[in-house]
Amino acid sequence: MNWYAIRAIYHFEMARTFRTLLQSIASPVISTSLYFVVFGSAIGSRMIAIDGISYGAFIVPGLIMLMLLTESISNASFGIYMPKYSGTIYEVLSAPVSWLEIVIGYVGAAASKSIMLGLLILITARAFVPFSIEHPVWMLAFLILTSISFSLFGFIIGIWADGWEKLQIVPTLIVTPLAFLGGSFYSISMLPPAWQTVTLFNPVVYLISGFRWSFYGVADVSVGVSLTMISVFMLICVMLIRWMFLSGYKLKN
Amino acid sequence: MDAVIQIQNLTKTYSSGFRALNGINLDIRRGEIFALLGPNGAGKTTLISTICGIVSPSEGQVLADGHDVVTDYRAARSCIGLVPQELTSDAFESVGATLKFSRGLFGKAPDPAHLERTLKALSLWDKRNDRIMTLSGGMKRRVMIAKALAHEPSILFLDEPTAGVDVELRRDMWQMVRQLRDQGVTIILTTHYIEEAEEMADRIGVIRSGEIILVEDKNTLMRKLGRKQLTLQLQNPISAIPASLAQYSLILSEDGQQLTYSFDTQAEQSGIGELLRRLNAEGVDFRDLHTEESSLEEIFVSLVRKQA
Repeated sequence: MNWYAIRAIYHFEMARTFRTLLQSIASPVISTSLYFVVFGSAIGSRMIAIDGISYGAFIVPGLIMLMLLTESISNASFGIYMPKYSGTIYEVLSAPVSWLEIVIGYVGAAASKSIMLGLLILITARAFVPFSIEHPVWMLAFLILTSISFSLFGFIIGIWADGWEKLQIVPTLIVTPLAFLGGSFYSISMLPPAWQTVTLFNPVVYLISGFRWSFYGVADVSVGVSLTMISVFMLICVMLIRWMFLSGYKLKN
Repeated sequence: MDAVIQIQNLTKTYSSGFRALNGINLDIRRGEIFALLGPNGAGKTTLISTICGIVSPSEGQVLADGHDVVTDYRAARSCIGLVPQELTSDAFESVGATLKFSRGLFGKAPDPAHLERTLKALSLWDKRNDRIMTLSGGMKRRVMIAKALAHEPSILFLDEPTAGVDVELRRDMWQMVRQLRDQGVTIILTTHYIEEAEEMADRIGVIRSGEIILVEDKNTLMRKLGRKQLTLQLQNPISAIPASLAQYSLILSEDGQQLTYSFDTQAEQSGIGELLRRLNAEGVDFRDLHTEESSLEEIFVSLVRKQA
């Protein structure tokens, strides 16, 4: 393993994050806080409890997950797309590094940033709504696994995209709707039976459900299924990235 | 002399079907400065990119210091530094940070002393904390070279290193390249400035349409393909070249006051003596004469035209 290279890429990416602190960290924290103010405190106080949990507390895991998905994809896709766009990718491609080392560097940095953001939002949310975390270790596990999985997914988008529009199209048109319809703001048991079945095809449902279970011990789908789904998704992403580097797809040709 | 880069039957066909390299065979000798010349689109950058790992080869093999650039890429790439043609750098990074990144990327432990030496050699030490975006074009070019040298490579590729830089900086760079060669670094450069190759290269390769059409020691090349011209300033203008001198293919200037005779430096007889005797016999007097040798640029143009 070329650890120096992994460290170099990781530091470079983290430096970029801290250089643009306002955009990287403050912006998602503020926008998620606004969700808590509007849905948690203002509207939430007039909503009935779901599964015995106050509405404000109920949406905390879903909102954190929503932010984790979008930020992980955005960080990782931008991280690899920028050097492609500016041409500095030549240095990474001509360096004695394997595809795995490149991925660990870029995706590791993107996921680190998402995890930091997730924890920051968790702390911020506590200022607006009271909640408890029943399984803190599992909560962290879900947070880390989701950040890594969707950073991997973002990395794929960053390699695939050959323009700014493409970079935005998947997060905007696919991921955000899936996250909103994946139970961020409601329990899928509140939907009519037919829509409940349709919802089960939405992979984000499993993430939010598992994450919410780690907070309150209640879930729409079993935790085992949630974990399996995240792991399978992560594995698919890793295999796809491996193929992209070995074949040179959108990188070397 | 042993070859530090060995290229065998290298072919690159892009997904569009365009064949950029067509069965390239080339050896670069250890410690030399090798200039790769060729017109735009000839395949110079593709060749360098393929050796450095930026472009995947379609066929053939490249060994860098004995290591296959595909199967043993770690060892091969560790000894190669690349200065690309485009000024591509992380605009928001500082000069010092980007060098540290480059060194780490190539698997080398941090070495502040080496980075300081490199920055000082390129007159960048004062700029080490400046963001790259604030530097001039020439300074950015130096940063690109410093990045390529950050991991102490033994082979350095310079893809048109002096494109767009002023004369003074170009001279500085030539000096630096010579110093690197003296330290044992093998230099492969592509350039549009033939003057650059003429000034610096030990050997010259010419590539055209993805094929190497010539590889030769620079001095031998200039001797072999170089032509000399004898120019005679006539005492009195003439209106036509005498028929008896037809075999010399002389060129008469428009004002009739200058005769030019081109001859091959490799020919056993230049024919100058006989030409002067015949001119004398024809009563054509001259008041001055001089000879000049063709430059590498003229040789290059004639080579590429000949192959077209």
